Amino acid sequence: MGIKILEDKCTGCSLCVEPCPFGLIKIVSREEVGKPHPKYKKIAVIGQGCNLCGACLEPCSSQAILIEREEAKPRPDISQYKGIWVFAEQKKGKIQGVVYELLGEGRKLADQLGEKLSCVSLGEGMDEAAKELIAYGADRVYQIEGSILRNFQDDPYTDVLIDLIQKEKPEIVLMGASAIGRSFASRVAARLGTGLTADCTELVIDLKKRQLLQTRPAFGGNIMATITTPHNRPQMATVRHKVFKKRVRQENRQGEVIKESVEGKALSLRTKLLNMVEDITQTVKLADADIIVSGGRGLGGPENFHIVEELARTLGGAVGASRATVDAGWIPYSHQVGQTGRTVCPKIYIACGISGAIQHLVGMQSSEIIVAINKDPNAPIFKVATYGIEGDLFEVVPALTERLKEVLE
Amino acid sequence: MNFIVCIKQVPGTTEVKIDPRTNTLIRDGIESIVNPFDTYAIEEGLRLKEKMGRKVTVISMGPPQAESALREALSMGCDEAVLLTDPGFAGSDTLATSYTLACGIRKIGEFDLVICGKQAIDGDTAQVGPGIAEKLEIPAVTYVKKIEEINEAHIRVERMMEEGYEVIEMGLPALITVVKEINEPRLPSLKGMLWARKAKIHIWNASDIACEKSRIGQPGSPTIVNKIFTPPPRKGGEMILGNPEEQARKLVEKLHEAKVI
Repeated sequence: MGIKILEDKCTGCSLCVEPCPFGLIKIVSREEVGKPHPKYKKIAVIGQGCNLCGACLEPCSSQAILIEREEAKPRPDISQYKGIWVFAEQKKGKIQGVVYELLGEGRKLADQLGEKLSCVSLGEGMDEAAKELIAYGADRVYQIEGSILRNFQDDPYTDVLIDLIQKEKPEIVLMGASAIGRSFASRVAARLGTGLTADCTELVIDLKKRQLLQTRPAFGGNIMATITTPHNRPQMATVRHKVFKKRVRQENRQGEVIKESVEGKALSLRTKLLNMVEDITQTVKLADADIIVSGGRGLGGPENFHIVEELARTLGGAVGASRATVDAGWIPYSHQVGQTGRTVCPKIYIACGISGAIQHLVGMQSSEIIVAINKDPNAPIFKVATYGIEGDLFEVVPALTERLKEVLE
Repeated sequence: MNFIVCIKQVPGTTEVKIDPRTNTLIRDGIESIVNPFDTYAIEEGLRLKEKMGRKVTVISMGPPQAESALREALSMGCDEAVLLTDPGFAGSDTLATSYTLACGIRKIGEFDLVICGKQAIDGDTAQVGPGIAEKLEIPAVTYVKKIEEINEAHIRVERMMEEGYEVIEMGLPALITVVKEINEPRLPSLKGMLWARKAKIHIWNASDIACEKSRIGQPGSPTIVNKIFTPPPRKGGEMILGNPEEQARKLVEKLHEAKVI
């Protein structure tokens, strides 16, 4: 197992150097490393820390790089695993938006595979929700009821889902890449010993290999990686909000509801949820917002954030903020967009007085349309903006709010 | 109480830029840093030690050069450092990494709380923290923004959610992953830096931590990376000119045409 440079083939051309996401490949003189060749003077060497990602294989024009993957382990039998599952994340009984998006995408994948699309709904009093899940594309809903499942808690949720997965053997399990989904999926995958890909933005079925190709951003979106779970089932993925489209609701769509109760069952519960406190400064959630209006240092002070809030309100959008404004205490951290805050991908992102440091850009550059309003024509934000407005935000933003009010009325 | 902080060495981010010509990451002169989220984990560990006593052990899995990340943690005030390094760890995905770190933590011995950053800025998965908890068979709370209370037996924390926060209590030993809001990391002291430079770092390989060979590195990783590519760079679009009223009017027209409003 490992990665090798084939000494007789490497031409030292350096095509493999740039693609290495970890910068581990160096071109050195063959003489220095004691690997002479009649024709080539240089050779590639790979430093420590390689994780065998394979990014260097394709660019190498002389097939001089070899990755050996161990194949010795007996493979678990994965042929019995069938069907696609979506975890129906709910809060206070309300199914979260990303679940409908997952049903939309899950439907396509299930049809390609010729398998059923099922939803797993854990909660209490979720009868109505089960009907909705079917109307939005599920063939089957596993509705597991119990007071212990009313709110998400790692332990009982993990116990119940693992039990169900082991019994029913789904091929693919999808969850939203929310705070709950990312924690929950990690536990479930770790206990099952199966593969999990975080925060996917694209899912494709490779019908020939019957594998799910999961594409996700890494390095803050500067790199995309396609990941598979070839030998373990289920293949698990968490999926980013707002990437997939939900289907049109079909009122009379038929589906099967398998209802079970966990009352009286022994489920572990090592955490105690004492309270849920809503952030009152956040009337529209950043994760769910179709439109986000963000403010940066250009606002000059906390007293001016209302300009941004007013525009957001007019558009029915959420309020975001740059790191600088959060660090200065102008607005709570829950609004921060960027590397150390939230990653968002709304339909419209309006950046007001944000210069666009790389750490901010990685958190919002996958938005559909980016509008930048800044008085500095050289601000990096303009390099990613669909529409740029060079100007004084104190004039432009209120003018925009006024204009939108006229149009939207 | 004994606190364990898990850290990862990652490429320094400020320098992560895309070469406009080749559309690849420019790595020249990129230094390695401690994953920024992990610095909040280190700080929280130090604060807890100052309040509750005993020690903070910092642990990392990585190549030998990850030692420098551990020295940075020591210079901030951590008491001991452990580096899990072995060629056999190469190719680890989040599952194998969680397992390996859990084996390392078991070898450290008794602990009350494991603290991790919410995610690493290179992989962005946020999976290793909960994965370690699962492998250690302990409860966990992710995205912690505040520790409200801690004693020998329990911890009560605030967990950041999309629409606010939850207050959760759990028994110890346990694991938390922390977000930026939890604290402001200190800078290393001069004395700390001098000490850290010479401090002993425990270097453990796969057999030292008694892990099963089939569960580490690439053989222990159910996921494989098939392909890595750079997305097409986002191009700057058009500038909208005019006075503020005209700019506003034109922009609204554009958004209307794009059918987004």
